[in-house]
Amino acid sequence: MRQWHSFIMATVLLGLSLAGCSQQQRQSQLDTIISRGNVVCGVSGELPGFSFVGQDGKYSGLDVDVCRAIAAALFDNPDAVEFRNLNAKERFTAVQTGEVDVLSRNTTWTMSRDTSVGLEFAPVVFYDGQGVMVKQNGGIKSLADLKGRSICTQTGTTNEQNLADEMRKRNISYTPVVFEDVNIVFATYQEGRCDAVTSDRSQLLSRRSALPKPEEHVILTDVVSKEPLAPAVAAGDAKWNDAVRWAIYTLINAEEMGINSKNVTQLASSSKDPGIRRFLGVEGNLGEGAGLPNDFTVRIIKHVGNYGEIYDRNLGPKTKLNLPRGQNQLWNQGGLLYAPPFR
Amino acid sequence: MKTQGSIPLWRDARFWWVVGQVLVVLLTAIAIAIFWSNLSHNLQQLGIQFGFGFLNSQAAFDIGETPISYLPSDNYARALQVGLANSLRVTVFGIVLATVVGVTAGIARLSDNWLVRQLALVYVETLRNTPLLLQLFFWYFAVFLGFPRLPAHIQLPGPIYLTQQTVALPWFHTTRDTNIWLLMLGANLVLVWAWHWWDSRAAAPALPLLLKLLSTLVLTVAIALSVLESEFLRWDAPRIVEANITGGLQLSPEFGALLVGLSLYTATFIAEIVRGGVQSVSQGQWEAARALGLKPGYILRLVIFPQALRSIVPSLGNQYLNLAKNSSLAIAIGYPDLYAVASTTYNQTGRAVEVMVLISVTYLSISLVISSLINWYNRTVQLVER
Repeated sequence: MRQWHSFIMATVLLGLSLAGCSQQQRQSQLDTIISRGNVVCGVSGELPGFSFVGQDGKYSGLDVDVCRAIAAALFDNPDAVEFRNLNAKERFTAVQTGEVDVLSRNTTWTMSRDTSVGLEFAPVVFYDGQGVMVKQNGGIKSLADLKGRSICTQTGTTNEQNLADEMRKRNISYTPVVFEDVNIVFATYQEGRCDAVTSDRSQLLSRRSALPKPEEHVILTDVVSKEPLAPAVAAGDAKWNDAVRWAIYTLINAEEMGINSKNVTQLASSSKDPGIRRFLGVEGNLGEGAGLPNDFTVRIIKHVGNYGEIYDRNLGPKTKLNLPRGQNQLWNQGGLLYAPPFR
Repeated sequence: MKTQGSIPLWRDARFWWVVGQVLVVLLTAIAIAIFWSNLSHNLQQLGIQFGFGFLNSQAAFDIGETPISYLPSDNYARALQVGLANSLRVTVFGIVLATVVGVTAGIARLSDNWLVRQLALVYVETLRNTPLLLQLFFWYFAVFLGFPRLPAHIQLPGPIYLTQQTVALPWFHTTRDTNIWLLMLGANLVLVWAWHWWDSRAAAPALPLLLKLLSTLVLTVAIALSVLESEFLRWDAPRIVEANITGGLQLSPEFGALLVGLSLYTATFIAEIVRGGVQSVSQGQWEAARALGLKPGYILRLVIFPQALRSIVPSLGNQYLNLAKNSSLAIAIGYPDLYAVASTTYNQTGRAVEVMVLISVTYLSISLVISSLINWYNRTVQLVER
């Protein structure tokens, strides 16, 4: 009898606590983040140039700087970010369940992800395409040479599907060898199990730089697909989505206006240009509409810089990756980066 | 003095027993309802609808190993079936291999030979006490990917070829007459059964069952050989043709590493169960058997093992269940089992809840089937008490 009493008590308590945590109405994630004091940002953490933990234990890369820009806009502090390493498989669930506030993890913007996975994409931060890397002495010069060979790739990526599509189109049979962990994908390729490895071209370049003998591997000229990489937030939260969206547009617009981390403070105090004054929040109240402080653009540029600075710092000619900007130029210089007007 | 049957309700144990049951049912129902409303509320906020309709949409990804036919243009349901077939393949072969190795190692642990005993001890203790995932990585990267690349190869007698791309073993291939052979052998069995049944109605059977079976079998095979054009199964040895291996049974290094890793790991537990089972049979049984003049091999086989099975079989079943469930670690080394294919599916469709439900139900079914088979077998080896 005694056991029954304690058991019933425990069950009632459990039931009550469950009832307590389930019935809260969800407010905008933006308010939660501001009261919490930092942004939780999902990154890969495995990709030099995009998100990578350095020897000093600090994260760096393009994806990381996007998170820092958001934190700078909200808190005037680019370090108010908590990074979570996510693999390709975990990432969407992490956003859906609110484990991360924003996913900034070289994720391709696709229709199905936008419409049925419960995600909302922010503007593209990097235009990429899928490529195939092979060993230089392996006798493979083009996709057609991959007939009957095995190709390593990562599970849950668009790469896996694009490859299947492309090979089906060209009627080339191949053996996919698919791993969950990107490190194992490249380790297996290196061991020679796969004749080729496929991924986004930037990722292949980034990974090649980490291989023992990078010069022994070539990336085929065939580009299998277009891969617009964009940050994402959970669907159904327009307020938070707007904040992320306009923090990213700030980076692009700042480069277009010639505003960088060095001249932003001076421009904010002395510029006579009404466009710049409005953009930097000296005139008008653009920030408030997005739920951000009015000087959020100044905060971002001051701490993180504009898109060009971020690119040069992480992927540009001075880095190991040395990626040409190509499509990732501003729209008025032949690229695809375009921010709607700040007005 | 109280009258009979007037125990107040609140002091009646049976009443409280019923109340307890009702309460548990109620609370369970409430908990499920809360979870469900929470889930649907969250899904609704994300604009996702719960449902299994996505299984009919095109999968559009390729799978490395397909025991049943599959194309990327097939739907997700088909892709999941391929994953299930891959899981079952490694589970069935794994159970057979683990049992053979485990029983051998278990008996070796009790051997009179010092070296054999110590070797078995080292094998069991090292593999039993390290994580399976680690062992899978070892088998995959250090062993199977350590083989030379084609056209270089390691050749074992058999012939067995070991290369980085494939492990090729000699194997049987069915011929176009295999089905007719099966039909004839089946008919033969029915015939023998009928004959024996007819015969056993008489007081003393004219021939023992085994002799009947053998004689008719010889006859059937002789007829089949003279009438049919090809044999029952064709022995197919792999061979090297222009720097490629063809024929035989070709296993991918992923399958090989998973099978070997799973089997050898599970076999260590089976070895301990077998050792424990054998040791649980009382010493008196050994002594009695020896007194009858039986040789050690016979003692083990005829006296000790049948008794040991009673304690071995239930625990053995647990190990089979573990093996089946552990096969989901395949995803770490790139073998497309059910869990790996389901992960891809859930990733592409975003249907985390539905896919998790499917995976759970499938593994639950596999486990229940294994468990009921082992329970059935268990009943046949238990002591029949009268």
